[in-house]
Amino acid sequence: MTVEWRAIAPVLLVLIAAILGILAEAVVPRAQRFFAQVFLTVASIVVAGVLLVTNWRAGLGGPVAMGSMMLDAPTYFMWGALLVFGLISILVFAERELNGGVSAFAASAATVPGSRAEAEASAARLEHTEVFPLALFALGGMMVFPASADLITMFVALEVLSLPLYLMCGMARRRRLLSQEAALKYFLLGAFSSAFFLFGVALLYGYAGSFDLSAIATAVQNPTMGSGVLYAGMGLLAVGLLFKVGVVPFHNWTPDVYMGAPTPVTGFMAICTKLAAVGATLRVFYVALSGERWSWQPLLAVLVVATMVVGAVWGLTQTDIKRTLAYSSIAHAGFIMTAVVGAYAGSPTSPLDSVGSALFYLVVYGLASVGAFAVITMVRNASGEANAIASWSGLGRTSPLLAGIFALFMLSFTGIPLTAGFIGKWAVFAAAWRGGFEWLVIVAVLLSLVAAVFYLRIIVVMFFGEPVDGVVVGRASAFTWLPIAVAAIGVAVLGVFPGPVLDLATAASTFLR
Amino acid sequence: MIGLEIVDPVAATGLFGYAWLMIALPALGALLILGFGRFLGKAGPALAVATITGSFALAVALFVQQLAAPADARAVSVPLYTWFSTGAWQLDVGLLVDQLSILFCLLITGVGGLIHVYSLGYMAHDERKGRFFGYLNLFVAAMLVLVLADNYLVLFVGWEGVGLASYLLIGFWQHKPSAAAAAKKAFVMNRVGDLGMVLAISAMLAQFGSSAFSEVNHGAANLVGPWPTAIGLLLLLGACGKSAQVPLQAWLLDAMEGPTPVSALIHAATMVTAGVYLVVRSHAIFELSTVAATTVVLVGTVTLLAGAWIGCAKDDIKKVLAGSTMSQIGYMMLAAGIGPAGYAFAIFHLLTHGAFKANMFLGAGSVMHGMDDDVEMRHYGGLWKYLPVTFWTFACGYLAIIGFPLTSGYFSKDHIIEAAFGQSMLIGSLALLGAGVTAFYMTRLMLMTFGGAKRWADGVHPHESPAVMTVPLVVLAVLSIGAGAVMNWWIQEWLEPATGAHAHEVDLLPTPIGWATMAVVALGVLVGWLVFGRREVPATAPQGNLVARAGRNELYGNSVNDVLVVQPVLAMSRAAVTTDAKGIDGFVGTFTDAIGGLSVAGRRAQNGYVRSYALTMVLGVLAVGAVLILGLVG
Repeated sequence: MTVEWRAIAPVLLVLIAAILGILAEAVVPRAQRFFAQVFLTVASIVVAGVLLVTNWRAGLGGPVAMGSMMLDAPTYFMWGALLVFGLISILVFAERELNGGVSAFAASAATVPGSRAEAEASAARLEHTEVFPLALFALGGMMVFPASADLITMFVALEVLSLPLYLMCGMARRRRLLSQEAALKYFLLGAFSSAFFLFGVALLYGYAGSFDLSAIATAVQNPTMGSGVLYAGMGLLAVGLLFKVGVVPFHNWTPDVYMGAPTPVTGFMAICTKLAAVGATLRVFYVALSGERWSWQPLLAVLVVATMVVGAVWGLTQTDIKRTLAYSSIAHAGFIMTAVVGAYAGSPTSPLDSVGSALFYLVVYGLASVGAFAVITMVRNASGEANAIASWSGLGRTSPLLAGIFALFMLSFTGIPLTAGFIGKWAVFAAAWRGGFEWLVIVAVLLSLVAAVFYLRIIVVMFFGEPVDGVVVGRASAFTWLPIAVAAIGVAVLGVFPGPVLDLATAASTFLR
Repeated sequence: MIGLEIVDPVAATGLFGYAWLMIALPALGALLILGFGRFLGKAGPALAVATITGSFALAVALFVQQLAAPADARAVSVPLYTWFSTGAWQLDVGLLVDQLSILFCLLITGVGGLIHVYSLGYMAHDERKGRFFGYLNLFVAAMLVLVLADNYLVLFVGWEGVGLASYLLIGFWQHKPSAAAAAKKAFVMNRVGDLGMVLAISAMLAQFGSSAFSEVNHGAANLVGPWPTAIGLLLLLGACGKSAQVPLQAWLLDAMEGPTPVSALIHAATMVTAGVYLVVRSHAIFELSTVAATTVVLVGTVTLLAGAWIGCAKDDIKKVLAGSTMSQIGYMMLAAGIGPAGYAFAIFHLLTHGAFKANMFLGAGSVMHGMDDDVEMRHYGGLWKYLPVTFWTFACGYLAIIGFPLTSGYFSKDHIIEAAFGQSMLIGSLALLGAGVTAFYMTRLMLMTFGGAKRWADGVHPHESPAVMTVPLVVLAVLSIGAGAVMNWWIQEWLEPATGAHAHEVDLLPTPIGWATMAVVALGVLVGWLVFGRREVPATAPQGNLVARAGRNELYGNSVNDVLVVQPVLAMSRAAVTTDAKGIDGFVGTFTDAIGGLSVAGRRAQNGYVRSYALTMVLGVLAVGAVLILGLVG
C-alpha cells in the first residue's frame, strides 16, 4: 500500500491550505486575517501550480493513491487549468475597494437577513473570510473530480466540491435574501442530483462488480448479464454529471444561482465547476463507457440540442446581465458537449480530437467568463452592482476601456474570428463533424447565431445607448483589474496565436485506462 | 524584344543601409504634426520642411554615391524585415534604391521640398496650417514608399498611402461641399484602379509565388497563355486610376479643389505620374504582351489628345493646367507603352514635366494669391506688370511645355514624338498634333492671364507674392529651362540597367521630325495669338461651338460615368435594398418574432419554484430513460 505523495501533492497542498485557512480563521487576529487568508490562498495555489508543472515535466503518471485517482495527461491539463482559473477568479474575492473597504461577502453570514444581528454586523463593518478556505476546499474537490479512477472517489469529490459552493452562494453582502434563496435552491437540487448519481453508481457496481472505471469498461466489453442494469446505471450517472455541467433539462438551477450568488463566486463557479464537471463526464464516458458509445451518443446529442436551444433562445429576453451570462453558460455547455458527442479520436492528419478540443474550449470560455464576471463587479450604482442590462447603457461613452474589454469578451463568447472564442468553436465543431455528427454541427452553428444576438445586444446597449444617471464604474484595485487584464490578453492572444495552447490540449487528450 | 538583361541589385552597404530614413523622416514628421500638433504649435510647418529637407539631403547623398559607383553596382537592395510568412510565401519588406527610384526620390523630395517652402507663404493665413503640413509630410512618406519598395505589395502600401493623402488634401477645405465631393470622387475612382492593382498583385503571387520585382522580372519569361496580357492590363487599370488616364480621368479636374500647392505636388509633379512609374517598373510584363503594350499606347494617345482638348476650352486656370497634366502624362504613357525605345524618354519627360508643371501650378497659385483666390482667367489680363516674378517664371514653364528649342520640354517631348513615329505613322501624327494643341492652349493661357488689358473688378489689387513663394518659383523656372539639356545625353544610359533598354543616339540638331514638331508648335502659338492676342477677351465665356462646349464639359466624361456606372449601380443598390427590406427582412423578421415568442414562453418555465425545477429534472430523467430505451429498440 503506497501513496505517491509527490504525484498528488498539488491536490494535497490545496486541501491542506484550506484546513490551515479554517485554523487561521480561528486564531489569527481579525485585523490580519484578511491578508493572511489571501496570502495563504494565493501562495498555496501558486506552489501547487509549480509542483504540478515539475511533476508533469518529470513524467509522473499512472494510477495514484491506491488506484483511486488516475494521473494522466488530461488530468494534468485540467489541474493546471483549474489552478489558473481558480487563482484568477479567487483574486476577485479579495477586492475590497469597490465595496467601500469591505469585501463582497456577508458581514456575518449566519445572521438572519433583516435581523438586528445583521444590521449590527454590517454597521461594525465586520468581515468574515471563511470564503477563502471554502473556495480552496471546492477547488480541491474539483481537482479530484475529473481525476477519479473509481466512482466512489468521484462521488466524494463531487460532494467536496459542491458543499462549499452551496455555502459560498449564500454569502452575498447585499441582496442577502436572493443570495440565500439561491444557495438553498442549489443545495436542494444538488442533493437531488447527487441521489441520481449515487443510484447510478450503485447500479453500475451491480453490473460490473466494481467501482473502478477500467473494471466497468472491461465488463462492458465482456458482459456477464443483460444490459438493462447497465443502461439504467449509465442514464442515472449521466443525470448527476450533466447537472453539474448545466445541460438541459438539468439546468434549472443555473440562472437563479448565477444571479443570486455573489458575483465573484459566480465567476469562480462558471468556469471551475464547468471544467471539473466536463472533465469527469469525459472520463466516465470515454474510459468506463466507451464500449457503449453507440447508445450514449444519441442520448447526449438530443440533450445537447435541447441545451443549445434553451441557452440561446431563453437568453434572448433576459434583462439581467448575470442571468444572461447564466444562459450563455448553458449554451456554451451545449457547444462543449458537441465535441463530447462526436467522440472523435483524432487521426494523423487532424490530431485535434474531442477531448483536446473540449479542453481548449473550456480554457477560452473560462478566460472570457472570469473576465466578464469581474467586469460585472465593477459596474455599480448606489445599491451595489448594477446588474440590469438597461443600466449598462452608454457605458462605452463613460468608460470606454472597460466597455471595450467587456465587448471583447462578448465577441469571444459569440465566436467572432480573431478572438479566442472563434478558435474554440471551430475546434469543438470540427471534432463533432469528424466524429460523424455533421447535423449536430449545423444545428450548433445556427444556434450560436441566435446566441450572438444577445451578446451583440449588450455591445449595442453599451456603445449606442445614452448613459444612465447614477451608474458608475467603481474604482477597483489590482485584485479585480489583474484578472480582467489576464483574461482580456488571453482572449486576444489565443485568438491570434492559439497554437501553443491548442497543441498542449491536443497532446493532453489521451486518458489512461 | 524579349531577352533584355536583368540587373540584380547588390546588397546595401554604408549609407544605403539608411535609405529607410528617407521615408522615416517625413513619416515621423506626419506622426508628430498630426498626433501632437497641439503641442507643436507654429513649429509644425517648420518641422515638416526640416524633415523633407533631411530626406532630400539623403537622396542627394545616395545619388552622388551611385554616380561614383560602377554601373553594375548602382542598384542597391535594402532588405528591412520579414512582413509575414505563411506556408511557401514569405513576404519581405525591403527597399530598392536603383537608377530609377533615386530619380523619383530626387523629384519627390526636391520638388516636394520647394512646394513645402512655397506653402509656408501660401497657407500662411490658414488656421489649419499645421494639419496641412502634416498631410503633406504623410504624402511624401507614402510616395517614397511607393517608389522605393522592392516588391509590388509594399509598393501597394505606398500606392494606397498616396491615395489617402490625396483624398485628405483635395478635401482639405472640407467646409466647401465641392471640395468634399471632389475628394470623394477621387477616392472612389481610384478604388477602381486599385482593384486592378490588387488583382494584378494576386495574380503575381499566384504565378511567381512572390511579388518582388526581381522575382517577377526573372519569372516573367516563364509566363504562359493569357497571363502576361492579363497582368499587364490589370496593372494598366491601376495606372489609369492613379494617373488620371482615360477612362478613369474624370477625378483629376475636380481634384483642383485642393489647395494649389497640393495640385502642384500631388496632381502634377508626383502622385499622378505613379502610373508611368508602374508601367516602366513592370516592363518585363509589358514586353511579353503586345496587347497590353499596345493598350498602353492607345490609352496614352487618347488621353494626351483628350487632355489637350479640355485644356483648350476651360477658363479656370487650374483646370487648364489639370487638362494639360492629363495630356502630358498621356505622352509619358505613350512612351512607356512603346517599349524599350520609350522607357527612358517616359521617365525623362516625367522629370522635366515635374519641374515645369509644378512651376506653372505654383505660378497659378501665386496669381490666385494676388487675385483674391479667383481662378477665372476671364477675370485676369495684363498681370505681367503687377506680378513680374510670377510672370517671368511662368513664362519659363510655358516655353518648356510647348517645347521651345533647348528648354527642358523640347528635349523630352521631341524624343517621345520621334519614338511614336517609330511605332506607327498614326500614333506619331497624333502625338505631333497634341504638341500643336498644347502650344495653342498654353499660349491662350498666357495671353488671357498675363497679356491684354486688365479685366478684373475694382477692389481687386493684384500684388506679387512674398519671397517665400517666389524663390521656389525661380528655382523651378531654372529647372524648367535647364533640366532637359543637363539630362538629355545622360539619362538613357543611366536608366539602362533599370529599364533594360539600350541607349539611342541623341543629337543636338533636330531630326526631320524635330523640325516638323517645331513647325507645328509655332503654328499652334500663332493660332493662339491670332485668336486671343489681337482682340479683347470677353469677360463671360461665349457660347462657343460644339467642339469648345465638349471641351468645357470635360468631354462629357462625368456624364459617361453617370450613365455607364453611377445610374446602374444606384438602380442595383435600390433593388438590393428593396429585396432586403421586403424579402429577407420579412422572412428574418418572422423568424425572430417566433424565436422571441419561444424565449418568453421559456422564461415562464423558469418560475423560481424549486419544486418545479425538481419536477423538470424528474421529467428529464424519464426522457433520458425513454431515449435509451428507444435507442435499444431501434
